Amino acid sequence: MDDLLAARSQMAMSLAFHIVFAAVGIAMPLLMIVAEGMWIRTKRRVYRELAQRWAKGTAIIFAVGAVSGTVLSFELGLLWPTFMEHAGPLVSMPFSLEGFAFFLEAIFLGLYLYGWDRLAPKVHWLCGLMVMISGTMSGIFVVCANAWMNAPAGFDFVGGEFVNVRPWEAMFNALWMPMTAHMTVAAFQAVAFAVAGIHAWMLLKDPGNAFHRAAIGIALIVGLATAIVQPIMGDLLAKNTAVHQPIKLAAMEGQFETERGAPLRIGGMPDVEAGRTNYALEIPGGLSFLAFGSFEAEVRGLKDFPRDEWPPVAIVHIAFQIMVACGMWMLGVAVLGVFLAWRQRALPEQRWYLWLLVVSGPLGFVAIEAGWTVTEVGRQPWVIYGFMRTADAVTPMPGLIVPFTVFSVLYLVLSVIVVYLLRRHVFQSPTAAQLARIAEVDGGGAADNVQVGGDDA
Amino acid sequence: MPELSTIVAMVLVVAMAAYVLSGGADFGGGIWRLFAWGPRGERQRDALNDAIAPIWEANHVWLILVIVLLFSCFPRAFSVLMTALHIPLAAMLVGIVLRGSAFAFESYPAGATRLQKRSGRVFAVSSAVTPFLLGISVGAIASGNLRVDAATGMVQTNFVSEWLAPFPFAIGALLLAVCAFLSAVYMTVEVRADVELANDFRRRGLWAAVAVGVFALVSLLLARRDAPFLYEGLVHGRAAIFFQILTGLAAVIVLGALWQRRYRIARLAALVQGGLIIVGWALAQFPYLIYPDITIAGAAADEVVLRLVLIALAAGSVLLLPAFYYLYRVFKAGKSGGVEVAQNPAPVADESEASGGADESGVDSR
Repeated sequence: MDDLLAARSQMAMSLAFHIVFAAVGIAMPLLMIVAEGMWIRTKRRVYRELAQRWAKGTAIIFAVGAVSGTVLSFELGLLWPTFMEHAGPLVSMPFSLEGFAFFLEAIFLGLYLYGWDRLAPKVHWLCGLMVMISGTMSGIFVVCANAWMNAPAGFDFVGGEFVNVRPWEAMFNALWMPMTAHMTVAAFQAVAFAVAGIHAWMLLKDPGNAFHRAAIGIALIVGLATAIVQPIMGDLLAKNTAVHQPIKLAAMEGQFETERGAPLRIGGMPDVEAGRTNYALEIPGGLSFLAFGSFEAEVRGLKDFPRDEWPPVAIVHIAFQIMVACGMWMLGVAVLGVFLAWRQRALPEQRWYLWLLVVSGPLGFVAIEAGWTVTEVGRQPWVIYGFMRTADAVTPMPGLIVPFTVFSVLYLVLSVIVVYLLRRHVFQSPTAAQLARIAEVDGGGAADNVQVGGDDA
Repeated sequence: MPELSTIVAMVLVVAMAAYVLSGGADFGGGIWRLFAWGPRGERQRDALNDAIAPIWEANHVWLILVIVLLFSCFPRAFSVLMTALHIPLAAMLVGIVLRGSAFAFESYPAGATRLQKRSGRVFAVSSAVTPFLLGISVGAIASGNLRVDAATGMVQTNFVSEWLAPFPFAIGALLLAVCAFLSAVYMTVEVRADVELANDFRRRGLWAAVAVGVFALVSLLLARRDAPFLYEGLVHGRAAIFFQILTGLAAVIVLGALWQRRYRIARLAALVQGGLIIVGWALAQFPYLIYPDITIAGAAADEVVLRLVLIALAAGSVLLLPAFYYLYRVFKAGKSGGVEVAQNPAPVADESEASGGADESGVDSR
């Protein structure tokens, strides 16, 4: 493995690891404050129980997310010093603002996690809201910086130097809006489906359990809404990619020839040597329509570009297919869920639908990983699209396979522990019998001052 | 009015000082976990964890701010540092990851007691290793050994010899001692209701203060040979003597106040002392970011970037400072918890995960 490949692998691995924790950090606060809000409003203790248990899992994930995010901010320089030397001032705005958003997120998370018995319920709830807002904002700022790498703006390129830097223009580049919208929705969607899947699994084992029903109720609303909105966001981003990164779009779609009425390819395997995509299901004119709004529009193919500017076509195409397939599947699950809920005027808890939720649980995260693969691999060979090649940005430090291996092992161990701990937390959720006792306390008059199970504490 | 780049550099120093004074003390808390055994070990561990838990993630963000300011406003310096100090910084990152993750695993074990114990140990060890490695990196910067080829702009480094040297290691030890010192002094205030614990941390604070003095002296002696520019600045610089005296005075006040068990005064003086050490170092290095090839003005980004970053910092502070104040008021204004609790008759959950054991919130422990 040469040093460039090791550096790219380490960056990819670090991003793939961090994005899971980042998404949870963005979206779980929403689920928690909905549950807590339900508790404040209805005084049903099961909701408070839910918010607190979700908070415990989130605390673990947030901590790992915070430190793995720190690793990334250093790795930008440790692995790509030449890139940062030129890009640093250009991404100064999103990263400075992200710093503050992250500050607020960490501060209010501390208040939220450790303030249950120190803050008035509404103040505590507001802290949760602040965690969600600042977490979402910090995600948006970071994606703004990434969007700049894909659609560089806000500078003049004179003699190989980035001069006349205009930071705001760089931040609000052509892709910032569609990319941040797509990723923000993705975070909420992935987390909502994962949470719904976990609680559906528990509900299958312990039917009628009010705790898990409450959890699914909240997660499903978020999941259904985002799954229905997300295809629109994705389409918006693809249309912008068609304009600003035509070569990436060509790779995503396995489009080798420049043609009018380009077909939309579903599946298929690009053959770079032969210059065509085999075994795909082709919908005539579909790509032209999706990319440019007309079945007759011309779509530029890979062969329009120098061979040394092609990204790894097969990886980008397949990752894109995986992402879209996951998205479509979740859309189907969502539409079905809305239909069932509308018809029976209640939470859809047919066993087969719960099984469907279990199966769909990981798909949001699969889609996020695949989507980032499209974005990052699809940008290659550039680190700053059209201006700086990844190979020219890498550190001169030799032996990069060593840090790559170290961080891979480290993250693998952490993943195992996190999954193990979350499993334990999930399996310790209350059973139906225990909940019946909570309900008794709830019904028993001066319940408000009694702690759950506090009689024998 | 100083130049914009100088103002940004001053903000950078403030952020570094804030990181050492807050995040550094969190590392110090982990360091004292290594020594938390004996009859009161359990109580010491719990007190340290309680002190760190709600605030460490917020404190940690100062480091991110330092990094962001460096690459936004001094990108040349950033790329030189990240290239030449790859090894100690990457090792420090491993420490940061292990420290934060292990602390979370220990705090929310869901009854996995063996994992909890081991996480506690990892937390303690990585809390000691991380500031040591950060100190080594800082020492390498201060030593004047990171050279940049004026013609090519490339950093001249073999990636090792610049930091694998006595002076950087002395600075590593110094930072380690400062972290332990700050934590012990803060802890005397946190646990003042428990006289035995307060005495424990008082004794540790005194020892750590001595260690800080010893390592500061060793660093200074080594600097004479290994970091001559810094040495000149520290000993003969414009305001150097004034700063040395102030720092020494603060140190004496800490010692006296600890001795007299005036813990709040000791904490205040320790904050001043820690801050002065950072500011004194920065002044001694001025106007260089990395002596002798990279100056503050020389490495600065376009004025427009500096101005916008400063505006963003000012705007962000309007939100940040009240939020920080609130966080510290809620968790650090005495263990009684203040007004909020009195006004809040809502059920009080048992949030004692840190103490481990079977499971937490009552419902499922039967």
